[in-house]
Amino acid sequence: MASYVVRRVLSIALVLVLISLIVFVAIHVLPGSAATLILGEYATPESLRVLEREMGLDRPFAAQYAAWIGGVVTGDWGYSLAMKRPVTAIVGLRLRNSALLAGFALLAVVLIAIPLGTLAALRRGRWLDLAILTGSYIGISVPEFVTGMVLILVLAGPSLHLFPTGDYAPLAAGLRTWLSHLVLPALTLTLVLLAHVVRQTRSGLVEALQSAYVRTARLKGATERRVVVRHALRNGLLPAVTVIALDLGYLMGGIVVVEEVFAYPGMGRLILYAIQNRDVPLLQVSILIVAATYTFANFAADLAYAWLDPRIRYR
Amino acid sequence: MTALARANPPLTIGILILGCVLTFAVLAPLVAPYGVAEQNILDRLQRPGAKHLLGTDQYGRDLLTRTLFGGRTALLLGLGAVALGLLLGVPIGLASGYAGGRTDEVIMRVVDAFLSFPALLMALMIVTALGASTMHALLAIGVANAPGIARIVRSQTLAVKHEEFVLAARAQGDSHPYIMFGEILPNLLPPIVIEATIRVGFAILASASLSFLGLGVRPPTADWGLMIREARQHIFLSPWPLLCPGLALALTIVGFNLFGDGVRDRLAGRG
Repeated sequence: MASYVVRRVLSIALVLVLISLIVFVAIHVLPGSAATLILGEYATPESLRVLEREMGLDRPFAAQYAAWIGGVVTGDWGYSLAMKRPVTAIVGLRLRNSALLAGFALLAVVLIAIPLGTLAALRRGRWLDLAILTGSYIGISVPEFVTGMVLILVLAGPSLHLFPTGDYAPLAAGLRTWLSHLVLPALTLTLVLLAHVVRQTRSGLVEALQSAYVRTARLKGATERRVVVRHALRNGLLPAVTVIALDLGYLMGGIVVVEEVFAYPGMGRLILYAIQNRDVPLLQVSILIVAATYTFANFAADLAYAWLDPRIRYR
Repeated sequence: MTALARANPPLTIGILILGCVLTFAVLAPLVAPYGVAEQNILDRLQRPGAKHLLGTDQYGRDLLTRTLFGGRTALLLGLGAVALGLLLGVPIGLASGYAGGRTDEVIMRVVDAFLSFPALLMALMIVTALGASTMHALLAIGVANAPGIARIVRSQTLAVKHEEFVLAARAQGDSHPYIMFGEILPNLLPPIVIEATIRVGFAILASASLSFLGLGVRPPTADWGLMIREARQHIFLSPWPLLCPGLALALTIVGFNLFGDGVRDRLAGRG
């Protein structure tokens, strides 16, 4: 296990360096220059040159990248041009808000999807299975901004008004208010992700239930409950772990859309704000943070997988 | 058709849905009751009725017309982006798997780095760099799809590159490009077709998301994501500007997903 972890950590370090390069190249260098992004396409050549010199854009590419990545590593994340504040002062709270939203959604997904998938597998081919499968098909196919707005329409409209249409309330405003602002965005993310995990749990369990070890367990007289929980689920859930990890990437994209729908102040909306205001330093660091989080989450999922399934470690 | 319906219900339903979507998208200019940009300020946010079958949006534009025309944009973006993804991803995956060794290692590390961006974020970044437009959205989603396709193609290439027909071609002195594209690629077509069909639905979803965020298709082009973005402010006055494109979008993606799953079952079944 130790050598497996070391190998993975090394490859992640390499991937992180490449990610930072991609972010830097995509936003900083490729299209005209960052100065054009900031001043707009009608800027005069003189003002562009002045700003480029101020931002150090006239230096060679390698020097610019080194200065930027050096700052990121040492905690100097640059200065937001649109908010006129250091990026470090802006990102913390947004990151926490997004993590909260994602955490709630993931928790709900695991708590709802695994029992539903198990149920579908045990009732395979019957109407309940068909209903769960159909529901998950629709869940995968409806974009989260449609789901979110339909939820707003039904649950936050003037007639029912069970929840606020959006925004965020701090915990200091009271537990009820705080939670009521989280319910709809978290529910939207949950509904979209649910489908993937339900389908994976179902197919993993269906396969496990047909295996030799489940037949052995049945033959030795174990109760059906024990067969399902101790024997089949343990193995059948493995693919679901991978899907949850893959879904994290989807979650991070989905969170941008959901935060926009519900005007929720997290990383996703911060990225959109940075794009709209051509705030290059803020955008680079925000995207880097999200991509790095995704990489680490994948790493954690791989570790969980290797821990659950010893065969992986010895590859 | 009935035999197919019994043998492969997902494929049948998928074909039916996509057949409708495609027909309406192609025939949109002929069957649409109004002009796509025709505004009728006196008829703003109408409910469905005799004059406007699905109602109107906040500029009094006919929702049926705009939903029909939105299908054209969605199909163009979805199919175009996947085609671009294939154009970039297939040669990269093929070359990486075929070359093997150090080259393969380097290419796959770079692909991994690209894959560690959530796809939508990757597309956002590219659109930011290029500016929002339909073509740039297509480009962004195409590029965002390429690394995933490259990975699949590479693993499939590894699986066949030691087969006898490849060894025979090498022994015969065929050039590397010929072996890659003339010998190996035709054998990889089934998995590539499966991968591509499944990706079209996601590409349509991604392009609608970009337009919804204001970073894709620009007004006044009819696009489902953009229509939903514009429906936001008036959602409690009239839900129809949200529901019409929302339903069309969901139905189209369901169609592509069913079709993709059906194609996979059929091709995988044949081995």
